[in-house]
Amino acid sequence: MKIGVCVKITPDTDTRIKIQGDGIDANGIKWVVSPYDALAVEEAIVTGEKHGAEVVSFTIGDESTQAVLRGNVLAPGVARSVVVSEAAALKTDSLGRARVLAAAIGREACDVVFCGKVGIDHDNAQVPAMVGELLGWPVISRVTTFSAEGGRFRATRNVDGGVVEVVEGPLPAIMTAERGLNTPRYAKLPQLTAAKKKPIDTPSLADLGLSADVIAPAVTMTAWDTPPPRPKGRILQGDVDTVVDELVRLLREEAKVL
Amino acid sequence: MSGILVVCEHEQGSFKKTAGELLGKAVELARALGTTVSAAVVGDVAADALGGWGAQQVYQVAGDFSSYSGTRTAAALHAIATAAAPDVILAPASYAGKDALPRLVARLGSGLGTECTDLRVDGGVVVGRRPLYAGKAFADVRVTRGVAVFSVRANSFPVPAMGTGRAPVQTVACTSVDPVVVVERKAAEHKTADLTEAERIVSGGRSLKSAESFDAVVRPLAATLGATVGASRAAVDAGYAHHDEQVGQTGKTVNPTLYIALGISGAIQHLAGMRTSRVIVAVNKDASAPIFEHATYGVVGDLFEVAPKLAAAVARLG
Ligand SMILES: Cc1cc2nc3c(=O)[nH]c(=O)nc-3n(C[C@H](O)[C@H](O)[C@H](O)COP(=O)(O)OP(=O)(O)OC[C@H]3O[C@@H](n4cnc5c(N)ncnc54)[C@H](O)[C@@H]3O)c2cc1C
Ligand SMILES: Nc1ncnc2c1ncn2[C@@H]1O[C@H](COP(=O)(O)O)[C@@H](O)[C@H]1O
Repeated sequence: MKIGVCVKITPDTDTRIKIQGDGIDANGIKWVVSPYDALAVEEAIVTGEKHGAEVVSFTIGDESTQAVLRGNVLAPGVARSVVVSEAAALKTDSLGRARVLAAAIGREACDVVFCGKVGIDHDNAQVPAMVGELLGWPVISRVTTFSAEGGRFRATRNVDGGVVEVVEGPLPAIMTAERGLNTPRYAKLPQLTAAKKKPIDTPSLADLGLSADVIAPAVTMTAWDTPPPRPKGRILQGDVDTVVDELVRLLREEAKVL
Repeated sequence: MSGILVVCEHEQGSFKKTAGELLGKAVELARALGTTVSAAVVGDVAADALGGWGAQQVYQVAGDFSSYSGTRTAAALHAIATAAAPDVILAPASYAGKDALPRLVARLGSGLGTECTDLRVDGGVVVGRRPLYAGKAFADVRVTRGVAVFSVRANSFPVPAMGTGRAPVQTVACTSVDPVVVVERKAAEHKTADLTEAERIVSGGRSLKSAESFDAVVRPLAATLGATVGASRAAVDAGYAHHDEQVGQTGKTVNPTLYIALGISGAIQHLAGMRTSRVIVAVNKDASAPIFEHATYGVVGDLFEVAPKLAAAVARLG
């Protein structure tokens, strides 16, 4: 058995985002493993340990992602990483990224690939389902439990309206990690040292049987801006009964939401 | 046919209000473009009434889709997209929307703009406006090749009144079998609107101090308002509220008309999930809490006093 995990490196949630042209200013940003991908990494490692399987990670990102991968993906237990850093892959859209990841995963013959349910940078939640479609594999979104046995998986997923479903299906498959799946471990010092020697493979698009044309983006994002400031709110203070009456009046007459 | 195709979701025999929102917006966009509006319906439901929201044609794949199937839903949408040959597809950013649309787009080889909070016509094409980086940035999103697909956050547009018009329904054949089977299905105990679709939300934070007081203070106010209950991560981690109730960057992204935050400080990760709410009410005893910078109405006070009085005052309105 072989296990894959797709890891996107995103700005830390606390980072201040500054707009620069049609994008963000990369200066001063702290880059981390997207929080849902940290859950995917942990699940991949746990599943690998249970089945004695090798765990490989896949990332599209520039050279700077390698340091984050060593500390947060290789150190806790992933055996090796595949990183695609060619400019066309960095600049494409979700479907282009999915084509790159599907090709990289295809070379490895994985039995299951864990992803995050969403990357917290662009909040897309697109890539995993696209990868599944391209590979012809089942995709289970927002998974909170996972197990594999005899070429089949069993997983619990959260669908809309608080409904929880237990599903079963054939491997290989894509799972996207939801909060509650596990608690990611921290790497210990010897693991951090050992991770420095773990292999990072950096295939070109040609190595993956792709070209810049095949992954040309169809989605453009322009007119980047910070959100319009909210009009200054009204602060109510003082005697509770008066304040509550005033709030109800405002909600009814001014905001018209009651 | 070309034009705008709207994916209309339904539940227990009736259409969700996102269907009305998106059809209403599609009618407006289609008028500006000089094109038509059609509806895509996946699963068994009487669908001709969508004409009352402006659909000129309905395309429907019949069958039982009450348990979600990614493979079958994507195949059904693809069959409908092939029959309708639209230029633009609009769909809600629901679980199904988020799971099936990327698969549809992979089949179409086009592009997807997710979580849009606004749509407009610009230069003869539909353009989406969407939040990025947890609402710290916004950008216009365009699809420049093939069918432009957009998913839209619930409550982004008003739901128009439903007219009496009827639309012709064309059944589209699609036989697809999902190798994934649902072996168990647990419905939610409380039957309120899903957070992502809720029009009103009352959320509680760490300051509630226990599950008992969360149940005694947050839930009754929500019930009085007909609101869905939300929570901060701190409240969820402490076990006061359910995982599924968490609002924020690693919880649900919500977009209600009214969001009431009880004893929530307003951390950036919480704001990420609710900052597009139309009216935000914050109740916090610390006048310098960051949540007040985002509140439409801020109440500086003790939530244990304010919330019950607010519930009583709302109840008096009848
Ligand atoms: C990667 C990451 C992801 C995260 N994701 C999320 C997320 O999705 N959602 C989320 O919410 N958080 C998230 N967080 C956590 C977030 O940073 C905050 O820690 C959390 O939102 C704080 O919750 P809180 O406001 O309930 O608690 P606190 O920050 O402790 O605030 C409690 C507030 O209650 C007020 N208060 C206390 N007693 C009373 C009273 N009697 N009456 C009125 N007011 C009172 C206090 O003044 C204070 O402002 C995330 C953090 C990280 C690092
Ligand atoms: N550049 C990338 N490199 C590796 N994995 C990615 C990349 N982009 C997306 N993914 C995977 O797809 C998930 C959802 O990302 P997204 O569709 O961008 O929201 C992430 O949590 C990752 O598991």
